[in-house]
Amino acid sequence: MSDLLHVATRKGLFEIARTKDGWDVAASHFLGDPISAVATIDGMTLAAPDLGHFGPKLWRRDRAGTWAEMAMPTFPEKPEDAEDDPHPWTLGRIWNFTPSAVDGRVYAGTMPGGLFRSDDMGETWSLVEPLWRHPDRKKWFGVAGGEMPGISSVLVDPRDANHVTVGVSTGGVWSTRDGGDTWAVINKGMVNEYMPPDQQGDSIPQDIHQLSQCPAHPDVVWCQHHSAIFRSTDGGENWVMVDAARPTGFGFAVQAHPTDPETAWFVPAEKDERRIPLDGKLVVSRTRDGGKSFEVLSKGLPQKHAYDLVYRHALAVDESGERLAFGSTSGGLWISEDAGDSWAALDARLPPVAAVSFA
Amino acid sequence: MPVVHFTSQLERFLPAPNVDLGGEPMTLGAALAAVFDGHPALRSYILDDQGALRRHVAVFVGGRPAVDRIKLSDPVDGDAEIHVFQALSGG
Repeated sequence: MSDLLHVATRKGLFEIARTKDGWDVAASHFLGDPISAVATIDGMTLAAPDLGHFGPKLWRRDRAGTWAEMAMPTFPEKPEDAEDDPHPWTLGRIWNFTPSAVDGRVYAGTMPGGLFRSDDMGETWSLVEPLWRHPDRKKWFGVAGGEMPGISSVLVDPRDANHVTVGVSTGGVWSTRDGGDTWAVINKGMVNEYMPPDQQGDSIPQDIHQLSQCPAHPDVVWCQHHSAIFRSTDGGENWVMVDAARPTGFGFAVQAHPTDPETAWFVPAEKDERRIPLDGKLVVSRTRDGGKSFEVLSKGLPQKHAYDLVYRHALAVDESGERLAFGSTSGGLWISEDAGDSWAALDARLPPVAAVSFA
Repeated sequence: MPVVHFTSQLERFLPAPNVDLGGEPMTLGAALAAVFDGHPALRSYILDDQGALRRHVAVFVGGRPAVDRIKLSDPVDGDAEIHVFQALSGG
């Protein structure tokens, strides 16, 4: 079980550690700067300061605890024949880091939709060009906290590192089985409710808020979509809408259980026009039967005048499946040590939370 | 001679000393490129991936805001001063 959490916020990166007296802030880094993504991989921590004036940046803390700035993921020169590309060829935001079973390999999902790969734990990065240059990439569009599309999720098949699946907000689910040379959109069965009726089943205009894969059963993938929750049992090729979600099917975050393919957690909100907890009651929803039914978990969470929204990378589960944590736009942070049955609030008023990650 | 001055705000992140480029006229792009030759980490703080000025970075050449923020073709006299600030927009 993990005793350390990293919390990326609008005003810095915080380390939250478990002590004999409970969880508490143990350290802060980059205080005052927005951090858009954080992950600890193989003893090293990657963090992405998103400097308002000076652009997105990337830092790494090595195993000795020393922070250093790394090379930025950078887009190639925009060719002259790309004038019809609606999206900039400039890094807008690093949104997530995902490790691979290949030693030293890590992916960064970004806005405006570039997938970057590093083979040296973040020191240098290269754009996965076949996905970026796929003609249908220009059809992606932005609703993800701005005008740009973004790669909200990256899944690396633990059985085959050449099998990578990405979720795009908004652009559907894409997959490669040859390490990134060829890509195809695969999200059959997803439907949206924000496009004209004849386009609601199209593959590309699906807003993938987040994907989460069961590591022990990688064919099981959950999706918190803009319009509903979906589940796939064939690695994302085909999807079934989970219509039993309670109290709502709207939200941003999803986490699959590390070993149980039937269990997943969500943080539901009143859709879409309001994006606040339904009736001001902050809850986590959990299914333990593959989405046939949901429990609404509220013990320890504020049930009156709570207007906390939880972003897609701000819910985390550790490798045991017992410890969970989530942070909110109001700076709340809650931790569970019993798979979500009960929650304890961190005694702090953090800045708005972008991402939470167990170290 | 062109001298490039950087906002002290950058010192929070990395060294950003003033740089004296000597007395030849040049373009803004050439002046910044000469600075980045000696301080390569500074580049991504000032320019985006395509080499344009970042949206929230303000550059003054001889006291006037840079006009060509994309190709950086503004002429810089041999005795001009270039100031790089953070813009007062957003950020």
